[in-house]
Amino acid sequence: MVEERVAALSTRSIKREAKMWALRAAISMTDLTTLEGMDTRDKVRQLCHKAIRPDPTDFSIPPVAAVCVYPNLVGAAAEVVGGSAVKVAAVSTYFPSGQAPLDLKIAETTQVVADGADEVDMVIDRGAFLAGDYVKVFAEVAAVREAAGDACLKVILETGELGSYDNVRRASTLAMAAGADFIKTSTGKVSPAATLPVTLVMLESIRDFYRNTGRAVGMKPAGGISSAKQAIRWLVLLNETLGLEWMTPQRFRFGASSLLNDLLMQIRWLGTERYQSPDYFTRA
Amino acid sequence: MGERLAVRKTYKLYIDGGFPRSESGRTFPVVSDDGSEVVHISRASRKDLRMAVRAARAALAGWKGRSGYNRGQVLYRIAEMVEDRAATFAAQLELGGSSAEDARGEVGEAIDLLIWYAGWCDKYMQVVGNMNPVAGPFFNISVPEPVGVVGVIAPSAPVLRGLVAGLAPVVSSGNTAVVVASPAQPMIAITLAEALATADVPAGVVNILTGFPEELAPWLAGHMDVNGVDFSGVHPEGISDLEEAASHNLKRTGRWEGSDANLYRISAFTEIKTVWHPKGR
Repeated sequence: MVEERVAALSTRSIKREAKMWALRAAISMTDLTTLEGMDTRDKVRQLCHKAIRPDPTDFSIPPVAAVCVYPNLVGAAAEVVGGSAVKVAAVSTYFPSGQAPLDLKIAETTQVVADGADEVDMVIDRGAFLAGDYVKVFAEVAAVREAAGDACLKVILETGELGSYDNVRRASTLAMAAGADFIKTSTGKVSPAATLPVTLVMLESIRDFYRNTGRAVGMKPAGGISSAKQAIRWLVLLNETLGLEWMTPQRFRFGASSLLNDLLMQIRWLGTERYQSPDYFTRA
Repeated sequence: MGERLAVRKTYKLYIDGGFPRSESGRTFPVVSDDGSEVVHISRASRKDLRMAVRAARAALAGWKGRSGYNRGQVLYRIAEMVEDRAATFAAQLELGGSSAEDARGEVGEAIDLLIWYAGWCDKYMQVVGNMNPVAGPFFNISVPEPVGVVGVIAPSAPVLRGLVAGLAPVVSSGNTAVVVASPAQPMIAITLAEALATADVPAGVVNILTGFPEELAPWLAGHMDVNGVDFSGVHPEGISDLEEAASHNLKRTGRWEGSDANLYRISAFTEIKTVWHPKGR
């Protein structure tokens, strides 16, 4: 059922004005991400400049929603994007595994917020979840929620490790009930990462949670979304499931790195009617 | 056993080492010179062109990373494969109106041309490059390097020799090619693609599209990920618009008539890199 609905929606053709709208919306919803062991402060600074002004030749392009970095690099990111519309998101709770004692996870979260993170992307303990210890998972999310204070809390379910749609649904509801502002598919370190069917299951959980509690929770697919064409499929799914109210960076994000340049290339293609080359876009 | 049913070949495009139909599903009919035979040929769209450029870009690093000597071996291998299909090529040229003698002659010339360019693969840089005299204790060396992805609008006549004269010099220096064949006798381009596919040419190094050059050439000339275009198959009246489109990313362009074995057809799609190297006193 889930796959059939996704397949049907994926064939929808989005052209011209609607496509341009979608491309620009996708940029403003992007969490521009770098999560590599070899990240440096300078690389993060460069990424932040790109986040603020994605295309230096076109000032009409909106900034991205946030940059997403490792805890060590929160300070470097905050120095550059401070005062701009771009937020700093830090992965936390011993990303990507989440296999650490709770007090360490809380300490890490407190630290990244103190260093200037506006948003915290935490991981759930999949081991505990799969072992059926839902109480532990719930308690950890709730504790990190408290440690994060006013920061926006995104909870990564790592759906590629959860095994079934039922588990995805269960983990989504659990994370929302424990206080998540966003639920997020993946760390990007596990394959499969974000897929459309898993996203649909999560969007439907968000819809039902909203109906039951009145609290609107955001969605963040992350990992493997690298082309504008894919991004538009996600936006179609979002629009069909949660509607226009969710088509905003406050309620929807893409966790991505190479997606941004493809969006920029597509926008320039629509403007020039010339096929574009990555040679003419800045790297981040 | 009764009379056999005819088994006729479907002529398709050649992109990334495979033979897909046009994504648009379109074809166009080509009638033989005496009207006895009609062949339906794939009519490539701009999206097929885009896929071909993408394949050529992906194949570039591997192909230009090969030694010139090795590229020469591959070009020689293409000549062997064309020789093997000489009768097929000649028959197809005859369908287009060539006499049997002219057809055989053109096939031979095309093969010899491939051998000629095969020889240049590891020699053109000695002729096009230079050791420059400088006032200082340095070697100053200029070497040609391939520009990247090169489009070729092939001429309508001579069709086989024109195709070879378009693609052989482009790939000899390490470029990858997207060839738009003339709609006059496009079966020959696809038969050539079959020779290429069996000649150790890596997938994507040569891509061949059949269709209408007036439809495809503007997209090729304007494509920002294409680094050069051979306009030999373009009518002189159409060239200025294409040159303008090609100027946006400073593509190398060229147009040659009746000069198939020509070193400038190689050097036109190279750029010169000059390096300084200290030599002591």
